[in-house]
Amino acid sequence: MTIVAQLENVTFAYRDQLAVEDVTLSVKEGDFLGLIGPNGSGKTTLLHLMLGLLTPNRGSIKLFGQSIASFDEGERIGYVPQQATDKGTTMPVTVREVVTMGRFAHTEHARVTSEDRGIVNDALETVGIRALAGRQLSQLSGGQRQRAYIARALASDAELLALDEPTVGVDAESRDMFYDLLDNLNADGMTIILIEHDIGVVTDRANRIACINTNLYHHSDTESFVESDALAEAYGSTGRIVHHDH
Amino acid sequence: MTNDTTESTEYSRSRQLTGGRSLRRTGELIGIGVVALLSIVMILFVVSYRLQAYPGTGVLYETFVLFGQLLDQILGTNVFKHPFMWLSLATALLVGIVAPLVGSFLVHREMALIGETLAHTAFAGVAIGFLFDTTTGWGTSVMLSALVVAILGALAVQWLAERTNAYGDVPIAIMLTGSFAVATLIISYGRGFTGINIEGYLFGNLSIVTPEGAQLMVLLTIVVVAVVAYTYKQLLFITFDEQAARVAQLNVTRYNGLLIVMTAIVVVGAMQILGVILVAGMLVIPVAAASQVANSFRETLYLSILFGQVSVVGGFALSIYGSFPSGGSIVVVSIIIYLLAIAASGRAVTSLSTH
Repeated sequence: MTIVAQLENVTFAYRDQLAVEDVTLSVKEGDFLGLIGPNGSGKTTLLHLMLGLLTPNRGSIKLFGQSIASFDEGERIGYVPQQATDKGTTMPVTVREVVTMGRFAHTEHARVTSEDRGIVNDALETVGIRALAGRQLSQLSGGQRQRAYIARALASDAELLALDEPTVGVDAESRDMFYDLLDNLNADGMTIILIEHDIGVVTDRANRIACINTNLYHHSDTESFVESDALAEAYGSTGRIVHHDH
Repeated sequence: MTNDTTESTEYSRSRQLTGGRSLRRTGELIGIGVVALLSIVMILFVVSYRLQAYPGTGVLYETFVLFGQLLDQILGTNVFKHPFMWLSLATALLVGIVAPLVGSFLVHREMALIGETLAHTAFAGVAIGFLFDTTTGWGTSVMLSALVVAILGALAVQWLAERTNAYGDVPIAIMLTGSFAVATLIISYGRGFTGINIEGYLFGNLSIVTPEGAQLMVLLTIVVVAVVAYTYKQLLFITFDEQAARVAQLNVTRYNGLLIVMTAIVVVGAMQILGVILVAGMLVIPVAAASQVANSFRETLYLSILFGQVSVVGGFALSIYGSFPSGGSIVVVSIIIYLLAIAASGRAVTSLSTH
């Protein structure tokens, strides 16, 4: 089975503040990896390292078998940013325009063809927001907006979907629907890396779990994670109740 | 935004709009067509002015002059028969295209302060150009010197931004005042022997547009429009979501650099008409007005160019009839358009920030 992401002894520090230390983990094709840890534990940093947004101080990172420094197949990765950092609320841009951005890695400077438009429509259809394509992104609810970002990843033909706390500020019902969508995509072969503060969601949905607090505390399948003490160790004594009903 | 009532009213509003949307879109496209036609005519005039000395090419220029005299008779003015007014008008109209075009990315990239900074850097370039010209007597163009210094300034801004991770940070504000300070020193030093009309560059003046300045503007316009057309997708992606663009392996640093250098180029062209202090107005205000009413980013681009053109034409008229400085006139008209856009949109004022 193909290894999508491979980290070996990765260490990263912001100036002298150690954020990620000596982390080794691998993500295989078709995995649904939940990345958990307390606030400030380096989850987002680790994700950014995996995506090449940050460069590690030590250790090596490979994406689809290529060293991250020379990786140039950006269309294979879809990224759904944290809600707080996106610009969807001030910039006038339609849902269709956002999803079409997923095609830009393929078209480069050439025109968007009718084939590209077809792929965009299919992606909108898959995430269930085809009817909203002409709306401005800022008019969408939080859950709908995250679906638009997923559609952008689908339009890009992404094989790996990376999500950073995608459902912050999304109501419970939309959140369940959003995670059902992720489940469906995963069942169709999409590899998923998800950062989520709600551990219950992660243990319900993910088949692999990496629990970090600067160091990697646990990296295994979900069952053995639930039975282990990793959570208590990583979070200190305040670990929350874990659901697991696969 | 998740509130049910706002959601349903937004929805019904957008349903009402779909009927009017295609009409509106057609109107916008016609507007852009008119702007394109007008700019081609203006470019032709600037080129014909340049070529009039060569035998057999004077006919085009003569036609323009005749047309100008006719226009003066119709309007009862004493404006359009002077070729320098046409040069100014051509420059202003081209500024009204490229400034909002580049500004659309700049504003939503939260880099609006960069335009202001580069205008002040370009002003230092003007001062250096004047000093260089008078001390060497080589007859070098002040505009060219401004262009070189502004592009160097753009690269410096990019270097600063890479290191401080922000486009609206204190180092950039320091650069803004710093380059202006240097300019004042050079002007003061050179005043004895240059006799520069510095006010024209500060506040904008129709009469400081030289044939060389207009020709430079034509060249800059063609380059900027071509580059934006070629890199539109990449610029849009980076403007909307820089991190995702990085993940998609776009060379974000290079496109940021490109945008900043284009800003420097536009600022130098616009400086002739608008003046250093008001240049940022043309980069920002039409875009703010367009963002208030536009639905998509493409529509924002179209509308900001249309608003830019109306501001230039309106400002030009105001400037001629009231003998006001052109820069102030154009910016005042563009602010009136902005206020009308707020009133027409019925939306809350879009909270755009300079950084």
